[in-house]
Order: sequence, then structure tokens, then C-alpha cells
Amino acid sequence: MSLNTKTLTEQKSLLEEKEVTLSEIYSDTLAEIKAKNEQLNIYLTLNNLAEAQAAERTNKALAGLPMSVKDNFCTQGLRTTASSTLLDTFIPQYESTVTKNLQNNGGVIIGKTNLDAWAHGSSTESSQYGTTLNPRNPEHLPGGSSGGAAASVAADMCSAGIGSETAGSIRQPAAWCGVVGLKPSYGRCSRYGAIAMASSTDSPGPLAKTVKDAALVFNAIAGHDPLDATSSPQVFTDFSRDIDKPITGVKIGYVYHGLEGISNDVYTAFEIQLEVFKSLGASVEFADAMNPQLAVGVYTIVQRGEVSSNLARFTGVRYGYDRTYFGAEAKRRIMLGTHTLSKGYADKYYDTAQKVRTLFREDYTQLFAQYDILISLTSPGYAKKIGASEGSAMFGELEDMLLEPSSITGLPGISVPCYRDEKTNLFLGMNIVAPMWQEEKMIQVAHAYEQATQWNTWTSKKGSL
Amino acid sequence: MSQQITPQLVAHIAQLANIPITQEEQQQFARAFTATLETIQSLQSIDVTGVEPTHQVTGLENVVRDDKVQPEYTFTQQQALANASKQIDGFFVVPQILNKNK
Repeated sequence: MSLNTKTLTEQKSLLEEKEVTLSEIYSDTLAEIKAKNEQLNIYLTLNNLAEAQAAERTNKALAGLPMSVKDNFCTQGLRTTASSTLLDTFIPQYESTVTKNLQNNGGVIIGKTNLDAWAHGSSTESSQYGTTLNPRNPEHLPGGSSGGAAASVAADMCSAGIGSETAGSIRQPAAWCGVVGLKPSYGRCSRYGAIAMASSTDSPGPLAKTVKDAALVFNAIAGHDPLDATSSPQVFTDFSRDIDKPITGVKIGYVYHGLEGISNDVYTAFEIQLEVFKSLGASVEFADAMNPQLAVGVYTIVQRGEVSSNLARFTGVRYGYDRTYFGAEAKRRIMLGTHTLSKGYADKYYDTAQKVRTLFREDYTQLFAQYDILISLTSPGYAKKIGASEGSAMFGELEDMLLEPSSITGLPGISVPCYRDEKTNLFLGMNIVAPMWQEEKMIQVAHAYEQATQWNTWTSKKGSL
Repeated sequence: MSQQITPQLVAHIAQLANIPITQEEQQQFARAFTATLETIQSLQSIDVTGVEPTHQVTGLENVVRDDKVQPEYTFTQQQALANASKQIDGFFVVPQILNKNK
């Protein structure tokens, strides 16, 4: 029956109309996992209680449907590794708020997905459990750090997934795997129970087959959390509130166009998409934004400084093994962070980075005075081949360059598939960024684009594949 | 303005960060750090005079809670020890750092 190939919204609808049972959906989803997980290496741990839990959650918003969760969220009683052998046997004694919310709203955790170890990366290759393969083309990487999460959606091994982004880690793998990835405004989703990376930018968020699906999951996990002091009291009702409204009159600016290092083919593919927005009645023009290359420097310093502090707790005393179990990438980042925060260097590095961050905020303020929405490519190109990230200390930061400005300023962004290469079956993604707290607007624009185009294999308008 | 990262500096940083590394890693990391620091050199050329740093983007200040025990968020001793590799009589066992015989 392949019910696992349907969107979350379709599955919900079929359940409501009693055309299928939840058991049938689980049967198809689990069959897919059994058939392909060993090859694709998407799930590190599966939840044996999933179907039993599902039976109790059918009357909630997520209808008991199977969700994947990135393995850097603490799930009580279910192994959590952050894809590091340091936590190989760690079984959290408590639940992260995001997974608690997900389950309270009817989601069921079917399994924990692979990531770059400690979320340090943009390929999933630094996972200490081996990389995940891109389901669209298994000779290629899925991106990262939420590579397993994006792959689980692309491979129809869940109805939707949860990931996290510090600088690109939801949106970039979403782009590389040809799925939707939504990074909320910083502070919108609680970080309580999420294994910390860069506390000032970490953002949990959904990955899904369609924009509508992503908005549904987003509704389920977002919200103020008194257990997270950086959690925002900003209220929301329904992030899909404006999803079906036409986008006539919306002012869109496209940024980062013409930067070096991106091939003409990729730019051309993106330019074609601008016509879609125009045909929907939006205005589109080039907008000159601050060079995203500078955000790479800011992010590099801020992330490594904050992570050196956050990973200091892993001493092997209260949980996990000792610090010799850290992989090379984690060691590099902790040490560089220690260095840039140390006496004599903090002013030069960390403080300067925080000031440049202010400049990026000011740049966005003036851009959003002229435009409602900003768009760009999500990633400089298609998913790279297995092995591409090895030996390159700055691989991730350069791959995420186009996303880092919105990450470091906390702005919300959603990546949707915007082109597919017929020869390789690999995708390009488009990043759609809204002002702080205006996720409804980016969801509205993303949905309108998705419905008008054929790249997304799960929408009703299917192009030839 | 680029900084020379020597294997000796790397060894010092590793000690500060409590990260055990081998001699070979000292060399490798020295090269990797130099590459990373070059990437961030571009920041030094920006004029940030008079710019306030942004440490966090929420604008929230002094987020506190009542100083009351919340039993639903408190571990029992057993829960707290559940993932400890070594425990004695309900205590975590930590490596000795004082009065060690060298």
C-alpha cells in the first residue's frame, strides 16, 4: 500500500476518513525502515514501544503518526548518543521539552536519527556511527548536521522529523535531501533537553515532506518553556493561519546572488524560480545584503566558544565515557573555542564577532524595511559526494555560508526544494527568510511557491521524475 | 595579523580544555587551527567602533523563577546515578586531582 509515501497531512486525512488504520501506516513505515535502514544508516535507535504508544494518541493533532527525532534530543528511557561513542550507552532520565510537546500533541517517536557527532558539521560524515547516505542518490551525502532527520523524511521512513539548527543544520540537509526544513525564530522552540552546541543560536525545528506538514509539526513543538531561560514568551496560535492566502503584493528581495564560488548553472536554476513568485503576484527584485562570508567568521568564533563551554560537562563522571571518546572534529572545536575565549584573545575574537553580529542585525532591519520576505539559495550547490567533507576543517561553515546570517541573528527561515537535476536526482533548495517572529509569513510564501511548482515529489502537482 | 599556532600552543590549549591529545594530533590541530583562524581574519578588517555586541538575540533579561523545589523536575538519587560509570554508596566517583603521586 506504501502509506509511508503519503504526506503527514494525507495520512491524517485517510485516518480521519477511516480509509486506513494507524496499524497499516506503521506496517508500511516499519517495512521501509527494515528494508533500507541498514544501507542508508538513518536511524541509530528504534523505539520498540512506538506502536503501543501510537494507539493512545490517535485523537491528538499528530494522530499517533511516526516521527523521527534527531539523536541530540534527550528522550527519556530511549538511548541518546548525539552520534558520539562517548554517549554510546546513555539513556536519558528525562525528556526534552520539544519531544515532550511532540508526544503530548500525538506524535510518536519511531526512532533517533543520525547526525554529525555533537551536531558539529554539515554532512553527517563526522558521525561516530558512520555517515548517512542521501536517499535521493546514495553516492552522495545527506548534508548535516540533521542529515539523518532529512534523510528519514526523504526515504519515507517517518511522517515527519525533528532536527535542530545552529547555522544551517536543518535547512541545508533539507535542501540536499529535497525536503522541507524549517528553522524557527530563536527562542520559539525550547532547548531544554537538547544537547547544547551554541546556546545563542541553537534552534529545534521540523523537517517534513511539505510546507503544510512542517507547519503542523511546528505548531506541536513550539512554545514558551519556563525550563529554558532563553525561551521566548512570544505567543502564537497557528503557524498555518495564513497558509492558503494568495501572495499578491508581497515584496520579495533576493540576496546573495552573484557571489563567487557558485556555478552559473545553479544561479540559472534559481533565477527561473523568481518568475514563479512574479506569476503569483509578488514583486521580486535583487537586494544588496551584507556579505555572508563575514557571518562565517562570526559563527565560527561564537559556535566554538560556546561549544567549548557546553561540552565541558562531558567528563565521564555523571554520564558517558571520558573525553578521549570525543572525535577529531569535536576536539578541534572545543580547543579552538577555548582559545578564542581565553585571556588575551577574547576581545580580539569573541567580542569582535558579537559586534559584527550586531551589524548583521542592523542590515536585516534595513532590508525588512523595504521587503516582506528575503529569498536566496539554501546551499551553494547540490549534495556533495561521500567523502567530500574529510580533511577540510572549514567544510561546514562554507557550505552553510548562505544560511549563517539568519542563524546568527535568530531570524526564521524555511528551505523548500526548488530544482531537481534529472541526471543525478539531486535537489537545490530555496531559503525563505522572514523577520523575527513572522513565521506565518514565510510559511505562506513557501507554500504558495511549493504548490505552484513541481519539485516537491509529494505535492499533488507531480512533475516527471 | 595572523597568529602562529604552534604545536606547543595546541598542547597548552588541550590542557586548558581538558582534552587528551597525542603528539600527532598536536601537529594536525596546529595546521587545522591556522586554517580556521585565517577564515576569521576577515572580521578584523571591519570597523566596529561604537558597535554594541549582541550576546543574545531575544532581548530577555533576568529570567528567573521562584526559589522553590519543583518535585516533578527533581531526580531521585537513583535517577541521578543511573548513567554514572562508577558509583560508591550513592556517590559519583571522580578522578583524583589533589595530592596525586606524580
